[in-house]
Amino acid sequence: MRPHLLALLAKEPAHGYELKQALEQTFGSAYPSPNIGQIYVTLGRLEKDGLIRVVDVEQSNRPNKKVYYLTAKGREVLEAWVDEPTEGPRVRDEFFMKLVLAPLTGIADRMALISRQRRHYLSLMSDLNDILARTPDTDRVAMLLIEGAMLHLQADLDWLERCQEDLA
Amino acid sequence: MSTVVKTVNLVKIYQDGAVPVPAVRGVDLQVEPGEFVAIMGPSGSGKSTLVHMLGGLDTRTSGEIWLDGKRVDTLSESAWALLRRKRIGFVFQFFNLVANMTVGDNVELPALLSGASPKVARERRESLLAALNLTDRAEAAPAQLSGGEQQRVALARALANEPSLLLADEPTGNLDSRNTRDVLRLLGEVHKEGQTIVMVTHDARVASLADRLVSLFDGEIVDDGRIARRRTRTAGEVIDLR
Repeated sequence: MRPHLLALLAKEPAHGYELKQALEQTFGSAYPSPNIGQIYVTLGRLEKDGLIRVVDVEQSNRPNKKVYYLTAKGREVLEAWVDEPTEGPRVRDEFFMKLVLAPLTGIADRMALISRQRRHYLSLMSDLNDILARTPDTDRVAMLLIEGAMLHLQADLDWLERCQEDLA
Repeated sequence: MSTVVKTVNLVKIYQDGAVPVPAVRGVDLQVEPGEFVAIMGPSGSGKSTLVHMLGGLDTRTSGEIWLDGKRVDTLSESAWALLRRKRIGFVFQFFNLVANMTVGDNVELPALLSGASPKVARERRESLLAALNLTDRAEAAPAQLSGGEQQRVALARALANEPSLLLADEPTGNLDSRNTRDVLRLLGEVHKEGQTIVMVTHDARVASLADRLVSLFDGEIVDDGRIARRRTRTAGEVIDLR
C-alpha cells in the first residue's frame, strides 16, 4: 500500500481517515476496503523512512489531527515507482509446475489435471460474471479491473488448451 | 420429461481421399431437460462435428442419436428438416441470415415454420428483438447491420420456434464486448426459463454460464462434470490479478 498512499499524498496533504476515503472513492469496489489500522501502520513506516512528514493540526474540542505530507525523498520514491515498468502478471505458474511434474510423481495424470483446472477456471469466471452483474456501470475502475481479470482467465484457458495439445 | 439428447457410441469418420479421418470416436452423451452444457476442447477435437450431428447437419458414421426420446440418426434428410423446424434452434459463428428479408422477418419466419399462429410468431419476434436491443433494427436488411448485431439476430432466430434444444457453435466467435454482454444476458435468461442448451465455445464468459462442461480431445470425451458455483461471497470483493 506504500506507493498508493504516497500517490494520494502527492495530490494534497491528508490525515489517515481521508486517505482511507480517497482509496475507497478512487477504486470503488475494485479495491479491498482498506483497514484504517493498516493505513496508520504504513504511514508510520513511511514517516520513519523519511518519505512523509506529519504535522499536528489543532482542532477545537477535539484531539489534534495528524496531517501527513510528502517529502522530496517521498516524491522521488513515488516517481521511481511510476516510472519503472511493472512486472507482468505471471512470472511463475503453480498449475504449470504441477502439470509438468505430475507424471514424475505418478500421483495424477495430465489429462485429469487439465480437465479439473479448466472447470476451476470456468467456476472463477462464473464468479466474475456475478460480480460484474452487481457492479454499477458508473464504477468504471471496478468494471475495468473485472474485465482485466476476465481477459487473464481467458488467456489461462487458451494456454491450458495449448498444454493439452502438446503435453497430454 | 425425457432426456433431451442422448448419443450412444456415436462415431464420425471423414474420408480424406483413401485415408479415413476419425473426428468423433465413440461419444456417449446425455443431456437432461433444462441443462446448459458447454463443450470445449482444442481445434480438431470433434466439437463442431458433434453438435452438427446432433442437429442433423452432418450424418453419423455409426452409433445412435436420440432426441426427446426418439431415435433420429436414421431419419431422412427431409424428416430432419422438419424436426429442426419444430424442435431445434441453431446458432453458428457465421450467422447465415436470409439476405433479402428484414431482420424482423428473419426472426419471425422460424416461428411461423414451426406452426405458431401469426399472432404468437409476431409476439415472439417482438420480445426476442427487445431482449437483444434490436427493436429499432427490425426493418433493416441483415447487410445493414454490424457483425455483432447480425449475430444477435441469429440468436433471436434460433430461439423463435421455442426449440426444445438450442445448439450453438461458437456463437460469440466474432463479437465485441458489448454484443457479447447482450448475448450472455439472453442466454442466461432463456436458460433460467428452462431452455436446454448445448454449446461449443472457446469463450470462457459464455462457457461459465453453463451448468456442466464436457471436454473433448481427439474425438473422445475426456471430462464431463459440473461447473461449481460459489454463492457465498460477502462484501469486499477483491480481484487479485497476480
